[in-house]
Amino acid sequence: MADRERDSVSGTETTGHEWDGLKELDTPLPRWWLYIFYASIVVAVVYWVLMPAWPIGNGYTKGVLGFSDRINVTADVGALRSARAPMYQRLANASASEIAADPELQEFARAAGESVFGDYCRTCHGAGGAGAPGYPVLADDVWIWGGSLADIEHTLRVGVRADHPDTRMSMMPAFGRDRLLTSQQVDDVTEYAISISAASSRLQPDRAAAARGEAIYQEQCAACHGATGAGDRSVGAPSLNDDLWLYGGSREEIRRQVEMGRGGVMPSWERRFDAGTLRALAYYVHEMGGGEPDAPPAPVTTPAATPEPAQNGQPNAPLR
Amino acid sequence: MAKVTLIDTKARANEHAIDARAVNSKEARALYKKREQIYPKLAHGFFRNLKWAAMIVLLGIYYVTPWLRWDRGDGRVDQAVLIDFEGRRFYFFFVELWPQEVYYITGLLILAAFAIFLSSALFGRVWCGYACPQTVWTDLYIYVERAIEGDRNARMKLDAASWSWRKAAKKIAKHAIWILIAAATGGAWVFYFGDAPTLFRNIFTGQADPVVYLFIGLLTLTTYALAGTMREQVCTYMCPWPRIQAAMIDKDALSVTYRGDRGEPRGPHKKGDSWEGRGDCIDCRQCVAVCPQGIDIRDGDQLECINCALCIDACDDVMKKVGRPLGLIAYDSYANLDRRKQGNPDRYKLIRPRTILYGVLMAVVAAFMIYGLATRQTLALNVIRDRSPPFVRLADGTVRNDYALKLINMTDRARRLQIEVEGPTGVHLLAPALVLDGEVVAEAHADSVMNVRIHVVAPANIGAGSHRLRFTIRDIASGDVAVSDSAFLAGSTP
Ligand code: SF4
Ligand code: SF4
Repeated sequence: MADRERDSVSGTETTGHEWDGLKELDTPLPRWWLYIFYASIVVAVVYWVLMPAWPIGNGYTKGVLGFSDRINVTADVGALRSARAPMYQRLANASASEIAADPELQEFARAAGESVFGDYCRTCHGAGGAGAPGYPVLADDVWIWGGSLADIEHTLRVGVRADHPDTRMSMMPAFGRDRLLTSQQVDDVTEYAISISAASSRLQPDRAAAARGEAIYQEQCAACHGATGAGDRSVGAPSLNDDLWLYGGSREEIRRQVEMGRGGVMPSWERRFDAGTLRALAYYVHEMGGGEPDAPPAPVTTPAATPEPAQNGQPNAPLR
Repeated sequence: MAKVTLIDTKARANEHAIDARAVNSKEARALYKKREQIYPKLAHGFFRNLKWAAMIVLLGIYYVTPWLRWDRGDGRVDQAVLIDFEGRRFYFFFVELWPQEVYYITGLLILAAFAIFLSSALFGRVWCGYACPQTVWTDLYIYVERAIEGDRNARMKLDAASWSWRKAAKKIAKHAIWILIAAATGGAWVFYFGDAPTLFRNIFTGQADPVVYLFIGLLTLTTYALAGTMREQVCTYMCPWPRIQAAMIDKDALSVTYRGDRGEPRGPHKKGDSWEGRGDCIDCRQCVAVCPQGIDIRDGDQLECINCALCIDACDDVMKKVGRPLGLIAYDSYANLDRRKQGNPDRYKLIRPRTILYGVLMAVVAAFMIYGLATRQTLALNVIRDRSPPFVRLADGTVRNDYALKLINMTDRARRLQIEVEGPTGVHLLAPALVLDGEVVAEAHADSVMNVRIHVVAPANIGAGSHRLRFTIRDIASGDVAVSDSAFLAGSTP
């Protein structure tokens, strides 16, 4: 130490190495840096004592503070649940119009509904209720089992062809597969179904076949789908008058449905969700665009000031 | 052991024989040298008074502003100047800005940049000398230091003295007051971000947000460190401005200058001696003693000089005593130095192409901002089209698209907004919940964003593809209009 050389300009010791007359300074670490480094070591040791730190076998040192992320998360989730509970409580007792009149409740119902829909319903019904072949579109105004908030919620509760005792149940016979009708008869009734639907302009049904099919329709199909094909929600029979088809709208696809009589299954959600969540979910679906009013629509009395002129002759959807 | 003395003690003794040594002059500051404490002496005179006045005004503005009230109506924020992060608003007296209007702040910054360019072109580093927070707070700290420890010589003696109760008491008192000032600085800062009276109460009752205490602590620390212990080093080493300065100053810009042509050759002067054949500078080093940057202005323009003009006051005092004209050190320009060398009279050219340009640019930016504020839109519309499903076919064959509308009402009163849509023939709105007398009308609350979900229905024959759509909202009372374009999608028949 004593014989180490000092640089005359900086006053710092040199390392003693010399390259072509250049010497290297042995500048010590800055004090403040060194102290922070020592302090960090102390902090680390204190941390080991206080917090979970070292793995031992299958466990780990728990630390005297007993900190655990798992417990914290459980507590956080619990706190969140109880914080939201009053809102769900209010939701469970609110009607569609009550929800719509209360911006806070509405916002909550939308958010909660969207989140649950995304987790459980979207897989089949698509984002935003876009639907898929065999899985009904929820965003349109066609409802198999009814489109009021109460109807939607009931469908959610009991499911469709599910294991709930009161489940929505309808079973279209597989007319072709089960040989209830001959192949020719299936063809004819398909032409008839097309002829009474809005698809007739598009698919140009065979008039003669349709005429033959009418008799079969009235005998086999009218009980559920109605004499005019308007459908019957009480038995879950879709309307055949529009041009929206659950299993596809080409001639082949329509025929295939007559032949196979397919029907999908939706689980009953009653046991999975509480009343508030179910109401939120129903509200979200109801709001996708095709929701219908709860009470049977009052007979439309056209007021003096006519609401917006209806385009293409379709009536304005009634006020929700 | 090869002993090398770092500081030449003999030289130091000599320097102390003279009253003041410029610790930051080029010769004195070797590359490896540690910082030497500077003990600025109190100056008296016009510029010192100007600086006191500037300090009082600027500190006053800083501390008082958050406490000013401004009535914006019932239940609204009543703080005149407030940056409300939670509410996402910036309030400045009659101006109230929303987050999407930060470009006003950009305009303000551009204006500030041009203002500082202009001031530099006119008077050099006036910003540094009088208005920079670093200068103002350092000046305040030195004031406290002087009040407790005495002026330059007393402070030097105190620092050189060995520790005693008296010295400790003075040091403790000084640092305590410094920390108090620092805390008050940090404390005032947070008032710009929350309701000052409430926050004030909460801070002292311990109910304020931890973030508030964090920021007070942070600013206390920086104020104490920057103004108390780092001082001139901030200007010399940390601040980029001294470097940018060179580009801003031209030959005609005024800055604090030692008029060497008049002062040299310098030398001590005895009363009664003739002034013939010598300069006016009597080498009394008063200009060095008062300099907070530890330099000697007689070495010429220097990076460290913040143009505080205290050396002007100091030298003018001396000139008065020795009976020579004032202004041996004065605001002067390089151009004048040259002119005098050639025997021409001084000229002060404040109006030059450069200053005119800066002035015009400032006027343009200011005009833009005033125009923007005067014609500020208080109604805005954002339309977000639902992308899933892209479109919905309805039972009657018509096609529906869904939209989320954000109706932005930036006024402090509720508004009735009529919503309309323009597009291909037959396209119309479907929003049963909003229909009022046949019109689609939404009630937007004061100072808020209203979210509205709305459907648009098009006839069955709309045709596949994307169609242009234009949403309009109209304030029924005032006729204000906001417009937003969107699209309508339809697919081919199933
Ligand atoms: S204060 Fe004036 S006279 Fe004294 S040394 Fe400085 S320039 Fe010279
Ligand atoms: S040289 Fe003069 S103007 Fe420059 S910092 Fe020092 S006292 Fe201020």
